[in-house]
Amino acid sequence: MGKVLIFVEHSGGHLRTASLPAITFGRAASEHQGGPLVLVMLGKTLGAAAREAAQFGAEVLAVDDPALEHYLAETYAPIVARIAKEQGATLVGGTATSTGKDLLPRVAALLDAGMAADVTGMSAPKTFQRPMQAGNVLVQVEVTTPVVVAAVRQTAFPPADPKAPGAVTQVAPGAVDACGARFVSVATTQSERPELTEAKVVVSGGRGMKESSNFKILEELADLLGGAMGASRAACDAGMVPNDLQVGQTGKVVAPNLYIAVAISGAIQHLAGMKGSKTIVAINKDAEAPIFQVADYGLVATWEKALPELVSEIKKLKATQR
Amino acid sequence: MKILVTLKRVPDPEQKVKFKGDAIDFTGVNWVPNQFDEYAVEAALRLTENASAGGAGGAVRDGEVVVVSIGPKEVAQQLRAALAMGADRAILIDGDDGALDAEMVARTLVKLVEQEKPDLLLMGKLAADSENNQVGQLAAGYLHWPQATFAATIQAAEDGKALDVGREVDSGVEIKRVTLPAVVTVDLRIIAPQAIKNGKTAPDHAYPEGPRYASLKGIMAAKKKPITETALATLGIAPSLRVKTTAVTAPPARKAGVKVASVEELVAKLHNEAKVL
Repeated sequence: MGKVLIFVEHSGGHLRTASLPAITFGRAASEHQGGPLVLVMLGKTLGAAAREAAQFGAEVLAVDDPALEHYLAETYAPIVARIAKEQGATLVGGTATSTGKDLLPRVAALLDAGMAADVTGMSAPKTFQRPMQAGNVLVQVEVTTPVVVAAVRQTAFPPADPKAPGAVTQVAPGAVDACGARFVSVATTQSERPELTEAKVVVSGGRGMKESSNFKILEELADLLGGAMGASRAACDAGMVPNDLQVGQTGKVVAPNLYIAVAISGAIQHLAGMKGSKTIVAINKDAEAPIFQVADYGLVATWEKALPELVSEIKKLKATQR
Repeated sequence: MKILVTLKRVPDPEQKVKFKGDAIDFTGVNWVPNQFDEYAVEAALRLTENASAGGAGGAVRDGEVVVVSIGPKEVAQQLRAALAMGADRAILIDGDDGALDAEMVARTLVKLVEQEKPDLLLMGKLAADSENNQVGQLAAGYLHWPQATFAATIQAAEDGKALDVGREVDSGVEIKRVTLPAVVTVDLRIIAPQAIKNGKTAPDHAYPEGPRYASLKGIMAAKKKPITETALATLGIAPSLRVKTTAVTAPPARKAGVKVASVEELVAKLHNEAKVL
């Protein structure tokens, strides 16, 4: 079998931690296939980020060019596909981030490859597990094409640990054709908190939080636990928090050690994004709310009463732990 | 603008999934339009009308919307509903989900694009059942067209030859310009009151949130609108699966949880039992 080529992302001059689970997947795939793991990174001024990627024990192919400063599926996909062919890769993968989900199918199109999306497991070189129907069905799929493309669910594989560093090899981009697409701008939300998809603790609020200012106490709870903030679709749609906090089928899939759902009823689309969490706590005033069906610990209470108590109890506990 | 928009039918996501042996049991399933596709139909209609011009008579159509579905004959019901919303005509391609994969669906759409020559292929970002999230990107790749996935807003460029698409990405919102023809896949917020600005409808026009309801007039008109039926073989699509489903199972059930009586008890359990505090 051929090589395993994993597309890794970078942001702010660093390797994106979201790419680490894909490296773990790539290592497993490399063992299954018997071919070496190679990482590929595209962008402008990649020096530090490429060296960071090389810490994971694989050769890093860096395609560094001003024309690749902003990610575009149109310019990135042909380069990744070409490198896959040059390298003789039989598996091309990456994390199913918003970039991975946009890019990898287009790479599959150019490679005439079958693709497995949102992969949560691998049982043979071309056999993968993945969830469907908002996590209510698990299927095993077999890709029949010589080259396989796989987008892996970030929370399904642990982040890779560093190994003896690999080499960074510069690869020329070749002709860059944006196919009539152009990056215009990006508005990012800045936060000091851990990334939602990587946090050990996630504290989420729903429609029942009523308004934006009420999220302050959720933020206090999240910060106390060193966690990230999340939200249901209803809370985002109502403008209480930015849309990029949304957990669910639209939004992000999270699987922290502790997920605290506050004033969230638990629509199927939300459950699809957090059911994989290790311990789930639900606080809701409605005892019949569907969120209680997936919660390990349920507390029927209003957030107005429960949250100040919870913050104070956790502070007490933390004081004894010092 | 001419828009080809996809509409898949899916099992009602609100219904509990039943299993029969090692397969999904579809008996008694309530089939509904894939929500993301329904939103794409609404987006297509908003892009091809002047909602400020019609006065009491409603919007003035300016463009063509062709809705396509691959499925059994019964999917005509969902197509008819889209026609009642205002789409101009529909194409029904006879096909069974079990014998299709993302590549076959994308190749089928490419064939239709070659026949229909739309300016825009507009789709839901994913089907709520298979959740493959691939078909739009694959079709764009095959067609060598630009793509804008996960669209939350669409604004037509002044010359009408490009779209500025607001895409929900991990870190926030990205604006990407795609020249037409292009593939756009839509996310949930595309049906927000002011998500779409087409350069014809007044820019401050606010639609009601969500896909429009069919009016009685629309329902009557839809009965006369054509639904063209065709087959995958007629379009030259060979039945070969690149991605085969080899096993179907229910996810492991979560251990039943407990209700706690107080915050104090909750914190004690999280500390002593779950050991997460």
